[in-house]
Amino acid sequence: MEKFLLLFHSAPMTAQDMQAMSPEAMQAELAKWNTWIGGIAAQGKMISTEGLYPSGKVMSDAGNIVTDGPYAESKEVVGGFMLLHAADFDEVTQLAKGCPVFDNGGLVEVRQIQNYG
Amino acid sequence: MSESLDIQQLVEHLFRHEAGKMTAVLVKLFGLPHVEFAEDIVQETLIAALETWKIKGIPDNPRAWLYKVAKNRTLDALRRQQYFQKNIASHIAFEFDDAEKTQTQLDAFFLETEIEDALLRTLFACCHPSVSPDIQLILMLKTLCGLTIAEIATSLLSNPDTVAKKLYRAKEKIKRDKLSLDVPIGSDLVVRLDIVLKAVYLLFTEGYHSTSTDRLIRRDLCDEALRLGILLANHPLSNTPKTNALVALMYFQAARFEARLDHENNVILLENQDRSLWNQHFIALGYDYFKKTTVGTSVSTYHLEAGIASYHAHATSFETTNWQAIYYCYNLLYALQPSPIVALNRAIALGYTEGAVHGIAALRTIVGLEQNPFYYSALGDFLLKSNDNEAAEQAYETALTYTHQDSEKRLITSKIKQLKHLYATYQNSE
Repeated sequence: MEKFLLLFHSAPMTAQDMQAMSPEAMQAELAKWNTWIGGIAAQGKMISTEGLYPSGKVMSDAGNIVTDGPYAESKEVVGGFMLLHAADFDEVTQLAKGCPVFDNGGLVEVRQIQNYG
Repeated sequence: MSESLDIQQLVEHLFRHEAGKMTAVLVKLFGLPHVEFAEDIVQETLIAALETWKIKGIPDNPRAWLYKVAKNRTLDALRRQQYFQKNIASHIAFEFDDAEKTQTQLDAFFLETEIEDALLRTLFACCHPSVSPDIQLILMLKTLCGLTIAEIATSLLSNPDTVAKKLYRAKEKIKRDKLSLDVPIGSDLVVRLDIVLKAVYLLFTEGYHSTSTDRLIRRDLCDEALRLGILLANHPLSNTPKTNALVALMYFQAARFEARLDHENNVILLENQDRSLWNQHFIALGYDYFKKTTVGTSVSTYHLEAGIASYHAHATSFETTNWQAIYYCYNLLYALQPSPIVALNRAIALGYTEGAVHGIAALRTIVGLEQNPFYYSALGDFLLKSNDNEAAEQAYETALTYTHQDSEKRLITSKIKQLKHLYATYQNSE
């Protein structure tokens, strides 16, 4: 079994989007994610998953320059990630197909964890 | 692997209902004129829940999680925002300089009993007599039922701009007149409770009789009205026989919800409904509440309507319905509410009790339904029963000219066809 990392890229929600979203719609969105993640977990393939705040800090110049980021103007930010087991890219992309981030025009970045052992 | 990742389902409408509860609690805290601040905090709380729960799964106690976040957001707002300091702080009965003390006092607002109390107060406030009934509905749906403006517009067959405008004006009025959240006491309570019950029933009938083609939306309105009705019935202040009668009535009617719409969401009349589709659980609940209505000394229209609905719910077929009892109830109802519609239903009940001829006679005395298709349809039915085919056909034709609903048109047309067929067979046999 190989390890893979899925990164969920999506456009950060604007204040307006948040204002307009109904409680009912939120619950529906929640259910989609829970079903998808739960499905992978139920197969025993999931290692861990976390959500990220939309912005943090970006460090550069040997750590001397610390700026706020990712930047407000960026179209897509990483909103969360999942670490999981899969046999190969075929399997992991198959699993990632159901990710609800696609429904809102987002994308999933799939990376394999290095394993030279 | 973490255990919290089992697929855990949320109760249906949890977000929506918790939105209503949290808004009511915060409105009680901030004062009614600041309902928008309450709504903002609630919205932020729900978004935070969505963002966290979608990845990490649903916490063991979702409600406690929501209330904790809402409380924290409130504390932040109280501390930070100048607007809060100046305008809202004066409404709040406690000092919020001492963080620990504030936390404790805020906790008290989120106790289960206090939440019910806040909901009740907000419901009474939404039904303030100086607010017109249609806006009372909008306020209830927005503040207590957690519906967005777009959802309200769809539910009430209005457009979002109109709803937004009405809501804005209502909120301005609340601010201007400084409407309070106090639940009146004594005889004032009786008057106010009447308005609240009327608004809840209006919400129910909006869903029940809506011409919206979306069955879910219609169901939702009925469910919300039932929820608010039960809230009133459970609270000592508003638990009156009249309240219980309304809840019973809503349960009896809601029990028939699935049976009264066909696949295209057209209304199926009582006579033609598949009674096996009636929700027996709701009927049982209807009887439970109905039993509690007999303790008072006065009889309300809800009592009588619930009584009529209970006879229908009890009957295994249209033919075996206790029409005599129903006629009796309609007589009493007519004394309280002498409307032509009640007279129409009373005449129909009489026709089934005493015979078609009596039904026709009673129908002919009604004034005010000259353009009502159901009136002519009922007249046609009784004329047919008394073998006056020609007059029956005429009545159906008249009914046809006043009906706009396709399903209704189809129903009447099929009756006319049947009649003509009957007539043809009769002539052939001669």
